[in-house]
Amino acid sequence: MGKQLSAVIGVGQTHYRAKREDVSIAGLCREAVDRALADAGVGFDDVDAVVVGKAPDLFEGVMMPELYLAEALGAVGKPLLRVHTAGSVGGSTAVVAASLVQAGVHRRVLAVTFEKQSESNAMWALSVPVPFVMPVHAGAGGYFAPHVRSYIRRSGAPTHVGAMVAAKDRRNAARNPYAHLRQPDSTMESVMASQMLWDPIRYDETCPSSDGACAVVIGDEQAASGVENPAWIHATAMRTEPTTAAERDQVDPQAGREAAAALWRQAGITDPLREIDCAEIYVPFSWFEPMWLENLGFAAEGEGWKLTEAGETEIGGTLPVNMSGGVLSSNPIGASGMIRFAEAALQVMGEAGEHQVGGARRALGHAYGGGSQFFSMWVVGSERPTS
Amino acid sequence: MRDVAVVGFAQRQMAAFDGSPTMVELLVPVLGELYEQTGWAKGDIGFFCSGSSDYLAGRSFSFVSAIDAIGTLPPVNESHVEMDAAWALYEAWVKIQTGEVDTALVYGFGKSSAGQLRRVLSLQLDPYLTGPLWPDTVSLAALQARAGLEAGLWDEKDLAAVVARNRAAGTANPHAVLSGELDVADLLAEPMFADPLRAHDCAPVTDGVAAVVIAAGDRARDAAELPAWITGMQHRVDAQTLGMRDLTRSESTAGAAAALDLAGIDTAELHAPFSHQELILRRELGLGDEVAVNPSGGALCGNPMFAAGLIRIGEAAARISAGTSRRAVAHATSGPVLQQNLLCTLEGGR
Repeated sequence: MGKQLSAVIGVGQTHYRAKREDVSIAGLCREAVDRALADAGVGFDDVDAVVVGKAPDLFEGVMMPELYLAEALGAVGKPLLRVHTAGSVGGSTAVVAASLVQAGVHRRVLAVTFEKQSESNAMWALSVPVPFVMPVHAGAGGYFAPHVRSYIRRSGAPTHVGAMVAAKDRRNAARNPYAHLRQPDSTMESVMASQMLWDPIRYDETCPSSDGACAVVIGDEQAASGVENPAWIHATAMRTEPTTAAERDQVDPQAGREAAAALWRQAGITDPLREIDCAEIYVPFSWFEPMWLENLGFAAEGEGWKLTEAGETEIGGTLPVNMSGGVLSSNPIGASGMIRFAEAALQVMGEAGEHQVGGARRALGHAYGGGSQFFSMWVVGSERPTS
Repeated sequence: MRDVAVVGFAQRQMAAFDGSPTMVELLVPVLGELYEQTGWAKGDIGFFCSGSSDYLAGRSFSFVSAIDAIGTLPPVNESHVEMDAAWALYEAWVKIQTGEVDTALVYGFGKSSAGQLRRVLSLQLDPYLTGPLWPDTVSLAALQARAGLEAGLWDEKDLAAVVARNRAAGTANPHAVLSGELDVADLLAEPMFADPLRAHDCAPVTDGVAAVVIAAGDRARDAAELPAWITGMQHRVDAQTLGMRDLTRSESTAGAAAALDLAGIDTAELHAPFSHQELILRRELGLGDEVAVNPSGGALCGNPMFAAGLIRIGEAAARISAGTSRRAVAHATSGPVLQQNLLCTLEGGR
């Protein structure tokens, strides 16, 4: 039968905040789900299956919460899948949902991701002692800071590039009504003046801890014909490598490079910088923008920071990156990857509002997780894929 | 749909595994067995997918350490479900249906003995209304068994007969943790554990791992003399709220069955962690006395969480490949009192 065409036909997200104490986990998910269904112009009866994604269950203290959520998500009597691939899970969930349509199994699939970090304590959840495994009591920032230092040394990037990324993303977030940290006055200087946390990562260069949910409805060709501006899925890719191995390059991981190569090949793209109009890239700490620009093939090794420094990743530049404000401005971990995928879809649907990139026709959504070892990504376009 | 078959199956089960909750030490030899069975190497596998639970392991990201059993340099195309690995098999089957890959290796692992299983599983309940009361899995199953007793759907002798039949079948299964020839009258003389359930009505707390290789078309014929072709895979979920459903029924199982062709089934491997649940499942599937139910001994002989559902599929496939079954159905369950159910039908032939 071959792979079926698939498209994002509805997007919904919550407002991202530090604590959403006004809603339960189910209530949080329903905000995103109801908006996604409304955007797609469908109801629960039109949905064939539900795919749920979130990061570790210890983040809320509920084991396999999709079981309790089955009723709230309209999944009763339907297939329900629960994906967990660490920080990349939001992206992986969208990829799994897309595959259900591409396989010809379902016509419309609802994919939902969330994290309600205020229900528990992420630092505790990540610090349970494990025999024979090095504890990471310093949190994610402490884990990734050496990689960033290594990138700066290898590339010779000037040390203010990270601050430029952070200021850009926080200013972009000010154009996004859903974003958690909206700072229209953020500048490179104000970021540089913030507290150094894990040298060279300053306070303003880190992602927040957010509550929030994101949902997308993915449909087949016929379902997509019912909406005005579907975001056609041109390619998807997932790759994994180990956490610990002496031969790993954690600054430029092989799994990320191979996932990107597979993605561009599937999408028929030979020059991503020229052919991709904008990108939502998983950047939890500012320096990951130039690092991932290189890993994804938008720039040669050691050259990614030059795009950032030249302002090419601003809205209006050659390759706008994280127009929504990115993970640096909103980070409900389990949903963060899907927000990237959903924001890429909104761009090619022309529905990104104040942070819309004019004429965006092809966009990248990207997520990574674990110790820079799990990658998921997709390319969506305003036109049907030709390859 | 592409023709996809099970071409390899390996497992380990034990009362208590003296090793890490990521179970890499067990997964490595089990994956090795699969490569031996299929004649393939890691590079022949297009997609890997696993099923496990962080809460069972008592830590976040237990599956992240488990991927070391694959050896992920060079990187692999890989995914994970926080569910029994039977659903990982479903994700892998879907992946093959997209045409992106032709082969997949699926594994599940669970060290149930790492905590107090019946209490750990309480954390699956609604965290605001039900969970804080800590109703444990065994007590919930007892409520379900009681509901069936009072409705006249089964009596205590029926439950004991299920146990005796499964434990006897387990004597032929080298992986069974519990097995033996038991007498129904002796079983009924045992004390209550969670009235009306006796200890033998409940699956033993079990540690273990399981892995399966599936492949499409000629790749499957390459790897196995008699591939076990997957003729259908369906799964559904029920509402969790205990007052929202008739606990003596399994609507999700019936719904999945309605989308499959169960005619001519001669063998059924049912994932029933409690004796009365086998009776519920038999009824929903309309299985007659001519069907061999749980020739492996089923979950009452061993129930490694997050692998036991995949083991049912593996056991059914093994019988197809051995020529002792022509058409089989395998079942997996997840969540409290049969909340979520998956069915997989299998058939022999080149």
